[in-house]
Amino acid sequence: MTTHTRPIALGPRGRLAWRRIVSSLLHALGLPFLLLGAWGLWSTFSANRFFPSPLTILGALADTWIGPAFVEDVLPSLYRLAIGIIVSTAVGIAAGTVIGLFRWLRELLEPLLEFFRAIPPPVLIPIGMLLLGITDTMKVVVIVSGAIWPILLNTIEGVRATDSVMTETATSFQITWWERLWFLVLPAASPRIMAGVRQGLSVALILMVISEMFGSSSGLGYRIAYFQRNYLIAEMWSGILLLGLVGIFLATVFGLVERRVLRWYHGIREVERA
Amino acid sequence: MPVRPSRRLRSLRKVLLGVTGLVGFLLVWQLIPALGLISPEYLPYVTDVAVRLVDELRDLAFWRRLGLTMTAWAIGLTVATLAAVVLGTIVGLVPFLRRATHTTVEFLRPIPSVALIPLAVLMFGIQMQSALVIIVFAAFWQVFVQVIYGVADVDAVARDTARSFGLTRRERLSHLVLPTALPYLMTGLRLAAAVALILAITAEMVIGNLGLGRMIELSRSAGDAVGMYALVVVTGVLGLLVNLVFRLIERRSLGWHQSVRGEEVS
Repeated sequence: MTTHTRPIALGPRGRLAWRRIVSSLLHALGLPFLLLGAWGLWSTFSANRFFPSPLTILGALADTWIGPAFVEDVLPSLYRLAIGIIVSTAVGIAAGTVIGLFRWLRELLEPLLEFFRAIPPPVLIPIGMLLLGITDTMKVVVIVSGAIWPILLNTIEGVRATDSVMTETATSFQITWWERLWFLVLPAASPRIMAGVRQGLSVALILMVISEMFGSSSGLGYRIAYFQRNYLIAEMWSGILLLGLVGIFLATVFGLVERRVLRWYHGIREVERA
Repeated sequence: MPVRPSRRLRSLRKVLLGVTGLVGFLLVWQLIPALGLISPEYLPYVTDVAVRLVDELRDLAFWRRLGLTMTAWAIGLTVATLAAVVLGTIVGLVPFLRRATHTTVEFLRPIPSVALIPLAVLMFGIQMQSALVIIVFAAFWQVFVQVIYGVADVDAVARDTARSFGLTRRERLSHLVLPTALPYLMTGLRLAAAVALILAITAEMVIGNLGLGRMIELSRSAGDAVGMYALVVVTGVLGLLVNLVFRLIERRSLGWHQSVRGEEVS
């Protein structure tokens, strides 16, 4: 806006802004390029063939994954991941709210839930394979049964820790149960819930990869393991890179959603800190 | 409103309810195969699993495998923590480094460490080293990010005060930075310990180096459902123990701290 309203006075300030942009760009991209350059140089001179140069990997990324492999391996993986995340978030929040609201239910289930959370999620894969066979359902069930615990337990904790003054205020104003749930309990719990979802996301991604590395004939995890067994080094690296990109994509989307959901919360924190 | 029950009564109630929940779960588990909802071949009776669990606990081979898993866990966690504390402190204290490494860290951190399993296998084969690569990679970020936050969180007034009193760099580090960063470090350590255990067992399952994870995978492929469930229970207990111990360490080392603010960061 200011650039249009004050074109003349902008001279030195504009240059300063430019300089700031350039400097932050340099800061943001300097180290990655330096590292990639060093890696590239090293890989051209060393005989170690397990670390191909970044350019080779980039080429392999385009050759391997653009085309039918995207439809056959990447999309099914992402589809299972998405279903797993949606189901575990929905069920986790719903069940967590109910359990968090009733004290006896919470005390009844808490030790049990803590134990389930403590089980390393990947050991659920052998159980899933035993109960459901090597199917898509098994993979989704495994993702859900691993990712749900942090969401569930954090929701319980968040709902339980609703500010008592606010609860009493809501009661004395005779706000209905549903309104109280929607306008008080869930917003109050949302920072904890989002922290749980963040943990759940990384568990879900891990389970997506591992469930495919085990008995499976398609999917990202399967492809990467296949490339490794056949010594297709650059292709394997491109798969790792692609998984990394999926991870970053998830983190970015989550960051956006979190900022939207917790806008009020971050605002309060800012004010408190200032 | 009725008279409030005393604190002891309440905690008794809590324990009773918790035990009821556990017993209820075990009963349901026992009933599912007994009523034929799922064949005992796939979901064995609780009683069988419990018997097998006791058998395993008396078996030296089991303890040896457990020892291998926990060795990988301990080495991985130690290496990751040391590296993360050193690097995190340096990066956190120097604003230039913090800005320069930000994008790199944000790019590397979300990479699921299991994606590196094929690479680790290529480099080290079916050995504990492969597992260590994955454990260290995963545990490192947990601690590193917390240390950077913690080191950067030093109160501005306290820092200026320390400077104007002429504290040396070392004194500032031990009296100012360390106490500020400690709660964050402890949170990071607790998270890293849990993650390291998950990946130690995962690596054994996928890579096939000796340990509990490999035993689980072997009993699955051998069709030994009872043994598999018994081992899964063992991993759950291990996870609980690790959580418990690190929570205790956290509370102990932060006894002086007025609030356990690290809890919120996790």
